[in-house]
Amino acid sequence: MKNAGTIVIVVVVGFVAFFGFPFYYNIGKANEAPKLKFDTPAILEWEKVNGKKECVEPKEFMRGEHMQMLNQWRDSVVRNADRVYVNSQGRSFTMSFQNTCMNCHSNKKDFCDKCHNYLGVKPYCWGCHIAPKEKQS
Amino acid sequence: MKILLPLFAVVALVVIAFVGVQANLQAFFGIVIPYAAVAIFIIGFIVRVFRWGSSPVPFRIPTTAGQMKSFAPWIKQNKIDNPSSRLGVFARMALEVLVFRSLFRNTKTELHDGPKLVYGSEKFLWLAGLAFHWSFLIIFVRHFRFFMQDVPTVIQIMESLDSFLQIGAPLLYLTDVVLVGAVTFLFLRRVVMPQIKFISLPADYFPLFLILGIALSGILMRYFTKVHIVGVKELVMGLLSFSPVIPAGIGSVFYIHLFLVSALLIYFPLSKLMHMGGVFLSPTRNMANNSREVRHINPWNYPVHVHTYQEYEDEFREKMKKAGLPVEKE
Repeated sequence: MKNAGTIVIVVVVGFVAFFGFPFYYNIGKANEAPKLKFDTPAILEWEKVNGKKECVEPKEFMRGEHMQMLNQWRDSVVRNADRVYVNSQGRSFTMSFQNTCMNCHSNKKDFCDKCHNYLGVKPYCWGCHIAPKEKQS
Repeated sequence: MKILLPLFAVVALVVIAFVGVQANLQAFFGIVIPYAAVAIFIIGFIVRVFRWGSSPVPFRIPTTAGQMKSFAPWIKQNKIDNPSSRLGVFARMALEVLVFRSLFRNTKTELHDGPKLVYGSEKFLWLAGLAFHWSFLIIFVRHFRFFMQDVPTVIQIMESLDSFLQIGAPLLYLTDVVLVGAVTFLFLRRVVMPQIKFISLPADYFPLFLILGIALSGILMRYFTKVHIVGVKELVMGLLSFSPVIPAGIGSVFYIHLFLVSALLIYFPLSKLMHMGGVFLSPTRNMANNSREVRHINPWNYPVHVHTYQEYEDEFREKMKKAGLPVEKE
């Protein structure tokens, strides 16, 4: 049973079919990172009043930890009825996904969905919350 | 020392990647090493398989773990454990590869007072091995969401099933827990059981530590110290489209993870991890036991000149008659 040729062909075909899948799946698709939009009326209004665009915490923190923060806010509001969030600069915010987060980021399609779709993440926020009407400037 | 050496090797790999990222060698650890590792993995894998494939296997040497096909029709053949057809071999191989059937028959030996030798069933190695391999496969396929521009629905379904308990945020993957648990068990087994510890080599511990390191760095990235995940996907997509980019601010844990994965890919074709390809080429598993039905002739047999009795008699007939020996043909 000397059939090295056949076996190598099978292995190569297997490699190409399985490991090569991302290669030919991506052919013809632009490799573009998502670009988020921060130009909703509420954000522009905040910028006018405060001089800069800012979130409840610094950008880098929000990028990595927003899901944990939303979980903490949920637990705090639902279990402890505590709706006051004091951020790292000592500023207070109302803990509310719908009225605080989505008030500024009222552009789910150009904000939330951008990265989530890019990475195939399906957060279950929208299982309970209603996505607000898209507002863009 | 057999345990500490591979542990230090893995720690050294982590330190190398960490120091490299601090020294701004992101392009080296994010582009050069992954490309080299994948090339070594693919070429090495093919070379190893080619060598196995070109070694001659002239005769049927399957392990016969059941009744062989008999010419007596009332004896029932065990078609999977002693296959005589290609279909039987396929079933046997599929069960071996997918559910580790031969490991299921694993036994343990114990010496009790008396002295009494006791054999017993030992299923934990099979269970941990199965849990480990399957969760590793699921985790690998799940990673395809970082390799594809529009994540296919299959991958998304797989991911939502893996995280269906919806614990914490980001959602806890069950396979993460199972993999770490199984690898820890496979490691502890080598340390706790004296017989297994005695035969374990650094080459047994190194892959365990390496895979544990990969799993822990991945878990660290997902649940604890976050990395810039959009940047990670940009980097990976750059590699896959052969136009590599290094986005800023990804975080060193990612480079450590990537370097450990690269180390695994390079180590793969050089080590016992090649059982991934080797399991398909085990001659004791992948052959039909049909030695009674088919004559298997050794392909490199030297052509032996045979002198048959008829030829012998033709040559010596007269002399045999004279000596009074019986002949077949007058």
